[in-house]
Amino acid sequence: MKKMIVAFLIAVLPAVASAAEGVHLDHADVNLHDQASLQRGAKLFVNYCLSCHSAAFQRYNRMGKDLGLTDDQVKENLMFATDKVGNTMTIAMPAADAKQWFGNPPPDLSVMARARGADYIYTYLRSFYVDEKKATGVNNTVFPDVGMPHVLWELQGLQKPVYKAEEDAEGHKTQVISGFEQVTKGTMTPAEYNQAALDLTNFMVYMGEPAQLQRKSLGIWVLLFLGLLFVVSYALKKEYWKDVH
Amino acid sequence: MSKMKQLLDWVDARFPATQMWKEHLSEYYAPKNFNFWYFFGSLALLVLVNQILTGIWLAMNYKPDAAMAFASVEYIMRDVDWGWLIRYMHSTGASAFFIVIYLHMFRGLMYGSYQKPRELIWIFGVVIYLAMMATAFFGYLLPWGQMSFWGAQVIVNLFAAVPFVGEELSVWVRGDFVISDATLNRFFAFHFALPFILAALVVLHLIALHHVGSNNPDGVEIKKNKGADGHPLDGIPFHPYYTVKDIVGVVVFLMFFSAVIFFAPEMGGYFLEHPNFEPANPLKTPPHIAPVWYFTPFYAMLRAVPPMFGSQFPGVIVMFAAIAIMFVLPWLDRSPVKSIRYKGAYSKIALAILVVSFVVLGWLGVQPPSDTKTWIARILTVLYFLYFILMPWYTKAEKTKPVPERVTQ
Repeated sequence: MKKMIVAFLIAVLPAVASAAEGVHLDHADVNLHDQASLQRGAKLFVNYCLSCHSAAFQRYNRMGKDLGLTDDQVKENLMFATDKVGNTMTIAMPAADAKQWFGNPPPDLSVMARARGADYIYTYLRSFYVDEKKATGVNNTVFPDVGMPHVLWELQGLQKPVYKAEEDAEGHKTQVISGFEQVTKGTMTPAEYNQAALDLTNFMVYMGEPAQLQRKSLGIWVLLFLGLLFVVSYALKKEYWKDVH
Repeated sequence: MSKMKQLLDWVDARFPATQMWKEHLSEYYAPKNFNFWYFFGSLALLVLVNQILTGIWLAMNYKPDAAMAFASVEYIMRDVDWGWLIRYMHSTGASAFFIVIYLHMFRGLMYGSYQKPRELIWIFGVVIYLAMMATAFFGYLLPWGQMSFWGAQVIVNLFAAVPFVGEELSVWVRGDFVISDATLNRFFAFHFALPFILAALVVLHLIALHHVGSNNPDGVEIKKNKGADGHPLDGIPFHPYYTVKDIVGVVVFLMFFSAVIFFAPEMGGYFLEHPNFEPANPLKTPPHIAPVWYFTPFYAMLRAVPPMFGSQFPGVIVMFAAIAIMFVLPWLDRSPVKSIRYKGAYSKIALAILVVSFVVLGWLGVQPPSDTKTWIARILTVLYFLYFILMPWYTKAEKTKPVPERVTQ
């Protein structure tokens, strides 16, 4: 009974919003028509994400088709975990081991962009900073105490936080992170890294709902048809109702 | 005699097909002054058919299994031919159903369509509304996302608030001590079965309607003024006049419906909630649990009532009373007139307050609570009930306008 009351109270009084909700997120200017960006994002995804994270609902050949790649191109450049192009993006890491290594098994990323939004992912990928207290050596402002190491550190390099003093609601002075400062250089310039993060975000938004590529273009035809049908049906109604006085 | 006519005669001798066609369509005389608000009945029927058909097709690929449900929905979205369209038609249809029904109910309140002799039409309608809410609730668990799981957890825990037997009751509803595979399976069974009961209730709703005849924006009984042919002077056959008119309504509705399906199926997180794209995780409570928008007015009422004697039960009672009170509405209205057009100022103000309370409560229901918001919700909950409780008084006390003999255009 106690458990239920607790569950009930947690549900009914969700006053404790998570810290992540208050974080400012940068706008990710995703563009699903930019096929080159989606291809670069796919490359980053299979190289850097797809060994710990799965995307168990995304098929390789569907990705190839949607991103303008042939099955052979997909096999040669984007497939490391399987040899069947019709397979989904699963991983070999057992969830139980992953839990031990990272605290939580890395979540499947198939629909993560729909759960968290593009801005969240874009900002998250760019918000890792050096934190010696963490086992991974890094922390993240968007997802505090995240178990994930900064997988893209080679590309971005490492950055440390810049603090500024701020007063909270009760008037206490606290140090909050206002920005980052580069510590070591990565193989990419900051601008290149931002673009890479955007490409990866773009790809994850695509992956969240592959159908959205056809959905919108089909929708225009559906609305045009209904527009035509409206004209005809309205004329029919007018004709019939002429004799109603 | 043509072959078709022969066939029809053969059927008519055994089943009243032609007679039913006449009674319910070609010779069902409806008032000629139906306005915009009268589109929503036929639209509700359209959405019900949409939900049943898309639902059956979804069920062909959906797996009501806690280990497979989430993945099977994504399978439908990605691998099933047109699965994404069928699923969006179903998920958007759920919200569209409530939008259409709320407007339909508002029409009934506005024009006094629940008054004598249409009490049973209204009561069947309220039962349909209840069946709809139950169906929507069961269906919301099926995608097995975080909101599905925790939303069901919150609502089933309401049963646990019932004194003495609450705990056993909630276990009985879930079939387990937590929301689990057993719960998902039975919810799927109910979600599949209830719409057919709902359809049967719609038949009762329509039979009762066609027995007494439709009300209209003037609240005039058209059967009182009949012509030499025995048909109401202000009536026109439903078919073809209202069928062709309703087709226009259907097309306009489909434009809005398609705009959502093709361009904003999540509707900013209101039709498909973002946390529901994370698989259900019994160990991770989402920071903010909000039911889908169509339940939020009642959810806000539940939260507005303070716990008494350490129990949430009073809130649960208030929430269910908010719907139960609709059943007695036909006997609360003591006005000599039906339509808001001829009722007095009190009725108009009362209806306006009801609408504002309901809408703002709906908004409050999706917000994380704060002290101010809880107080606003309390005031609005009281106002919602006052619309009903004070109705016998204000409908009697106000000065009504004279009702015309015939309908106006």
